[in-house]
Amino acid sequence: MSEFKTVFGSLENYEKGHIEIIDDDPKAYAFSNIFEVANQSAPYEKVVVGKNLKYVIETLRAEGDSDWYTCAHDEFVVCMDGEIEVHLVKLNNSASYTPENKEGSVKLESDPEGPKMGRIILRHGHQALLPKGSAYRFSNRKKPGVLIMQTICGDHSVEKWAEICYS
Amino acid sequence: MSVTNIISSTPSIENGYCSFELGSFSFHRDEYFAHISWVVNGRGMSHTISADVFLRALMRDVAWGFFYGRVNFDNVFGTTNHYGQVDMFAGSYNGDLKAKNLDLLETFDTPLIMATFKTMLDDWTNESFDPFAAPDETTQGWIGKKSGSNLAAINRERQVCQRQPGLPGDVALRVDEDGYPQNRAFADVSEDEPEVYIEPGFESEVGAFNLFAFLSRSNVTWNPSITSICKESLFCPTTEEYILPIAHGNDRCEWFFQMSDQIDWKVENDETGQPRAKVVMKAGDIAAMPADCRHTGYSPKRSMLLVWENANPELPKLYADGKLPVNPIQF
Repeated sequence: MSEFKTVFGSLENYEKGHIEIIDDDPKAYAFSNIFEVANQSAPYEKVVVGKNLKYVIETLRAEGDSDWYTCAHDEFVVCMDGEIEVHLVKLNNSASYTPENKEGSVKLESDPEGPKMGRIILRHGHQALLPKGSAYRFSNRKKPGVLIMQTICGDHSVEKWAEICYS
Repeated sequence: MSVTNIISSTPSIENGYCSFELGSFSFHRDEYFAHISWVVNGRGMSHTISADVFLRALMRDVAWGFFYGRVNFDNVFGTTNHYGQVDMFAGSYNGDLKAKNLDLLETFDTPLIMATFKTMLDDWTNESFDPFAAPDETTQGWIGKKSGSNLAAINRERQVCQRQPGLPGDVALRVDEDGYPQNRAFADVSEDEPEVYIEPGFESEVGAFNLFAFLSRSNVTWNPSITSICKESLFCPTTEEYILPIAHGNDRCEWFFQMSDQIDWKVENDETGQPRAKVVMKAGDIAAMPADCRHTGYSPKRSMLLVWENANPELPKLYADGKLPVNPIQF
């Protein structure tokens, strides 16, 4: 082996795999492709592509500005395509938005009140922590991008397995 | 665990390797093969595995602490983790041997089987062979008589973050100086870092890093690290090349997100080894492995795979008792 070319996917260029069934039901694998899902999603729609009981991986099409969200536990995002800015604010009274036992992302009804924590510009392959008790918003003024989010199934998670999965 | 609990022979005069016993099982290796022997119903049985295949599987079983559920070295021999105790079996999940009552399963306290496996791994791994490496990156030094040891390779520890690599006090990002050069197969992966602008006082909470660059510097194959934790949800990315040295029979549902390149998964019935499906995953694909399967991955080029686990310790019993569906999604 001498020459290597690492293959990543993108919204504009991906090749979906497949399942060769021998003695099984393809639905058992809940097989989808995040770029295909994001191509069919509304901006920042939190489409669940992986679910392990209450825990989820969501795919978000990053296009324009998102709403502000907060969460009572840590969440993480990985940028799979595009350039996406993350704005972070420390909420003055985070418990009023999300009780400690509340799980999943919670959308804020108005701009957050509290000091700015910082901002992060993510590009391909970059991962960011969305710390518990903060408010965050994504912004992408360039071509649409894709995020995956590690979180817990919440009020805004969207499940549409029959539409996205190999069957 | 005292080493006096480990039953081993003196080195063989013929080849220099020690033999081992654990319960009713015996292990010895020669210049090409590992041999496992057991007695069942008064009948002596044995099983032979190429030594490199055995050592690669043994390396994962040790490094993963027997992992989640079942680690099949091949279609005969393996272990099942009960978190405090470990089953070791021969033929118990092979449809033909099981049907003929020629299988044996014995249970050991984890410290004893771990100490035995570690000692065997140390003794049977020669100096120039790295069981964590892809075949293209190590030698054929596993062949032949005992020739030194490779403690530096076999004692690598999994990197497990507390919150996210690169945050203050957490797992450090990988650099040349710490023994993490960029892998030859990922030389084309960008190592640009995210732009992080932190307001004073929030240094411990605002953080980002290049996950793909981090993975491009992994010095092992098929050995997940942990790079983010959301309660019991663990992101365990890893770099894969050639063949997963074991067939993993999980005791819960597991998910794979193929971040780069391609892995083909051979999926089998976990109880019998009968084939179920082949799942071909390309960059951007995400799929579940049901809780009642075993699976082996084939990665033709070093690839980045996100293994996603739910570490809830109650899950094995819930699945075993049929209280949770083996397929994670019903649609």
